[in-house]
Amino acid sequence: MSAFPWFGMDIGGTLVKLVYFEPKDITAEEEQEEVENLKSIRKYLTSNVAYGSTGIRDVHLELKDLTLCGRKGNLHFIRFPTQDMSAFIQMGRDKHFSSLHTTLCATGGGAYKFEPDFREMADLQLLKLDELDCLIKGVLYIDSVKFNGHSECYYFENPTDPVQCQKKPYNLENPYPLLLVNIGSGVSILAVYSKDNYKRVTGTSLGGGTFLGLCCLLTGCSTFEEALEMATRGESTTVDKLVRDIYGGDYERFGLPGWAVASSFGNMMCKEKRESICKEDLARATLVTITNNIGSITRMCALNENIDRVVFVGNFLRINTLSMKLLAYAMDYWSKGQLKALFLEHEGYFGSVGALLELLNPT
Amino acid sequence: MAACSRIGGGGHSMDKSITLPPDEIFRNLENAKRFAIDIGGSLTKLAYYSTVQHKVAKVRSFDHTGKETEDEPLYEISVQEEITARLHFIKFENAYIETCLDFVKDHLVNTETKVIKATGGGAHKFKDLLEKKLKLKVDKEDEMSCLIKGCNFVLKNIPHEAFVYVKHAEPEFRFQTTHPDIFPYLLINIGSGVSIVKVESEDKFERIGGSSIGGGTFWGLGALLTKTKRFDELLQLASRGQHTSVDMLVKDIYGGAYGSLGLTGDLIASSFGKSATADKEFSKEDMAKSLLHMISNDIGQLACLYAKLHNLSRVYFGGFFIRGHPVTMHTITYSINFFTKGEVQALFLRHEGYLGAIGAFLKGAEEDSKFELQGRRLRSVVSVPGADPNQYSWGENYAGSSGLMSVSPDMFPMQRTRSGTLQFDMLEMDRLERQLVNLPLLLDSSSYIPDTMDLTEDAMAREYWLSCFEEALDGVVKRAVASQPDLQDARERAEKFRLKYRHKLQTLRHQPCAYGSLTVRSLLDTREHCLNEFNFPDPYSQIKQRENDLALRYFQKVVRSVEMLNWEDRQFALVKGLLAGNMFDWGAKAVSDVLETDPAFGFDEAKRQLQERPWLVDSYSKWIERLKGPPHKCALFFVDNSGIDIILGVFPLVRELLCRGTEVVLASNSGPALNDVTYNELQILTERIAAMDSVIHSGITKERLILVQSGSSSPCLDLSRLDKGLATLVRERHTDLVVIEGMGRAIHTNYYAVLRCESLKLAVIKNSWLAERLGGKIYSVVFKYEQPSK
Repeated sequence: MSAFPWFGMDIGGTLVKLVYFEPKDITAEEEQEEVENLKSIRKYLTSNVAYGSTGIRDVHLELKDLTLCGRKGNLHFIRFPTQDMSAFIQMGRDKHFSSLHTTLCATGGGAYKFEPDFREMADLQLLKLDELDCLIKGVLYIDSVKFNGHSECYYFENPTDPVQCQKKPYNLENPYPLLLVNIGSGVSILAVYSKDNYKRVTGTSLGGGTFLGLCCLLTGCSTFEEALEMATRGESTTVDKLVRDIYGGDYERFGLPGWAVASSFGNMMCKEKRESICKEDLARATLVTITNNIGSITRMCALNENIDRVVFVGNFLRINTLSMKLLAYAMDYWSKGQLKALFLEHEGYFGSVGALLELLNPT
Repeated sequence: MAACSRIGGGGHSMDKSITLPPDEIFRNLENAKRFAIDIGGSLTKLAYYSTVQHKVAKVRSFDHTGKETEDEPLYEISVQEEITARLHFIKFENAYIETCLDFVKDHLVNTETKVIKATGGGAHKFKDLLEKKLKLKVDKEDEMSCLIKGCNFVLKNIPHEAFVYVKHAEPEFRFQTTHPDIFPYLLINIGSGVSIVKVESEDKFERIGGSSIGGGTFWGLGALLTKTKRFDELLQLASRGQHTSVDMLVKDIYGGAYGSLGLTGDLIASSFGKSATADKEFSKEDMAKSLLHMISNDIGQLACLYAKLHNLSRVYFGGFFIRGHPVTMHTITYSINFFTKGEVQALFLRHEGYLGAIGAFLKGAEEDSKFELQGRRLRSVVSVPGADPNQYSWGENYAGSSGLMSVSPDMFPMQRTRSGTLQFDMLEMDRLERQLVNLPLLLDSSSYIPDTMDLTEDAMAREYWLSCFEEALDGVVKRAVASQPDLQDARERAEKFRLKYRHKLQTLRHQPCAYGSLTVRSLLDTREHCLNEFNFPDPYSQIKQRENDLALRYFQKVVRSVEMLNWEDRQFALVKGLLAGNMFDWGAKAVSDVLETDPAFGFDEAKRQLQERPWLVDSYSKWIERLKGPPHKCALFFVDNSGIDIILGVFPLVRELLCRGTEVVLASNSGPALNDVTYNELQILTERIAAMDSVIHSGITKERLILVQSGSSSPCLDLSRLDKGLATLVRERHTDLVVIEGMGRAIHTNYYAVLRCESLKLAVIKNSWLAERLGGKIYSVVFKYEQPSK
């Protein structure tokens, strides 16, 4: 068994996702032997909810009383921006992480990009793992252990009815085949046929990074939270050109409803309209544009792969019920009820969970 | 720019910047009827149907019941007025719409027209103006169905309509041969949004999907990000920008490539991904470029997903986002290549901007023809001047059309400054007398390319031929004037012809792709179109007449001399005769010089000039071996020149084939081109030969020798556009041999054509440059006999 501490790390384009297993069954003997370093790391991580100015522990996601490799404990979920990676590595050096003789399992592109930094700055050897392998492993594992007794997976009932639309648990016991859409800075779409049989169908560069990037340029905001908050207050129909703006109503010949977006940002071709909209509207339109586009690419992939269940994950969906409902709606409406959109509570952490599992059960 | 120019008698003046007389733009308005208009966001496209009075040379046999004298010519040539149908399409900026409508109204004589079909986003906005100015009722048509109708029409009728765009390649445009079988295909129309339409047949199409991220997104979002208002300017910004400073690339995340997935480091992982993390400023150019990539990639990806789902490989792109802009054509092409790993090619259309107007026009025409048909049934009126255009084949008129996308500002700045008509772009389509189809004997019609050499790819050959045609221009002008000695304005018209054709040649020098692939055929056809434009329908009519007359006198003598020979010698003499006859060609400059200065250059002289065997291309032995076997069932013979060629070269061989038990179908041009024998002329000649030769006579009476028209008026031959009657006959008679004669038909075109049956392509190379290119000298012989591979 791998020695403590147990970490799994996923270094993405925008965010670093870290899971930490805090053993709760430490015997007195173990406590005696535990080196000071290890103790201090455990204390530091578990007694804080924020680290530095940008690190955050998602307390609400913590998995309690988890049995992992025969040990009982809690699984913690921590994230910080990738741009603060060097500070993180610095901390690893300061805390003499290298003396702990543990392997640091990392996935995501940053595992490759920052590997030399880990080695040179902190004398740490990374075990680099494929991000898609980790992602799938993580999803299957977390779903199987449940979320503190609740279902990890959920869907929206009555997605096309804003009043009746409700979050409902979903049993993902027989998950295959499954389309897994990971929305991080960019988007990857995987078709999963079994535990270890999957393929990357396609991807798009219009993802969470695009939403935030465009929002920053258009509104001057600087964080995802800010952008999302503005989007929630805004109205996209002032920015987008709808079918009804062109045809006066539905475009019946092609079964296009009047409310459908004909041209994202289409109204912004016109100077007067550019001057009449507010930042919130722009944020909302950006969100709707990106989300709908992911929806339609996903739908086409589902058709091409002949799969009718889609699980959306990734940190774009964090605190983003707006996008989730939009996706649920789009899947349901355009497939005439044939496609089901599913979501997972631990949105963006599956890659890091997969990395942790790899540490404990190397394949 | 020059001051206002007055137009016609109406007294309206066009916008100041228009300097060309507008009768060069809105042509043939006097006979115009059935209007259609497509008003887009910035451009208006006007379509109308018009009849053009043309002079055509007709030949008519004299009544031969009376005595014939030696001096009397073989037949009579008369120039008659013929009315042909033409479709006019004019594209101009919306700013000129009012002036243009005024002009149209003032010149519109036809009062039958009551309705104008309208489509496009602006149709609604300009409805009142249209009704007020033109006094026509505006009848709106659905945009998408017009677009599809127009797309079908151009794909069917314009052979080099579709092209692949290759940035930095020479040439940048790779034209595709389109064939009558155009379905099914996918049309991706990128307007403000994106529509993805699957077209399965003439009347069956379905919008299978779309996207809201389109041209409007580029424009709208681009305007917000860069404070640049115009679409064209945004594109220009984008073409100068670097997207890597704004986008998050795979290497920004991985430090390099994501090898296990085959994703390269330069691939965009997250569009605008870098603008989320940094507080720095981004340049307008970079943001515009990033936006362009984002949108093009997204559309390309969706297009590929739809193409895959519906199993379609022909994907055409159109809409204002594309419209002739190299930047967007390149990014879309790149995206399609990336997502399909090269399996699907992005195709673009030369006349993409006209599709809506063409479609709206066709809708009106269909309704009219239905109405007329009903009228006929009720009143049995026999006048359907412009029945349904879909029932005919149409051809692009090179004389009246302005060529590839000359409206696009960033496309051809050279041409825009040179030409005075920069705000106007024209397309004219002539109704062809005959419906055109594939030769059923083509081995693979989808890969058949008529032209041997693509001059857009071969700069040296292009330079040679353009100069060659330019140098020959004096002679052509002289010939044109000489052909109409009684007409006073002949000289003036001939000079106008010279100007027009020279201008076309100059345009082609700068934009070889202006009219599709540039070939010797297109240069010849353009010249014919320009000659017709100035009413020189058949400059060689008298020459042809004189030579036919002369050759007929020697026919029997030639036949007798051949008959005396033993079988083997006879076969060789016949082939040699055919080749010698083919030297009499006014199309080849070297020969026309000789013919002009030395009329005594005779048939025997020609035989002496011929290259001795072995010829440049020589499969004569194989041919003779074949002739020792069973006779062919039926031979289809594409003939070339009048006079000695057809009479002393072709007919003796035809005679031999008939004697062997082979039926012969002689295919000749429907209309005149150079000194090529026309169907009408050949009918008279055959009649005369039949009168003196029993074999030909019996062949005609027993229908074992049949004359057909090819459907063409070109010195070259496109086997994918042949008269429907010819195709039917070829099938009925189980044709098993195709003979193609002459440089135009067997060398410039069809040299590499592969047929299902035996073929014989033969010609004398009467151009020293071409002969050298092929590794020979002037008057080298090509005798290419091929059997289909088993």
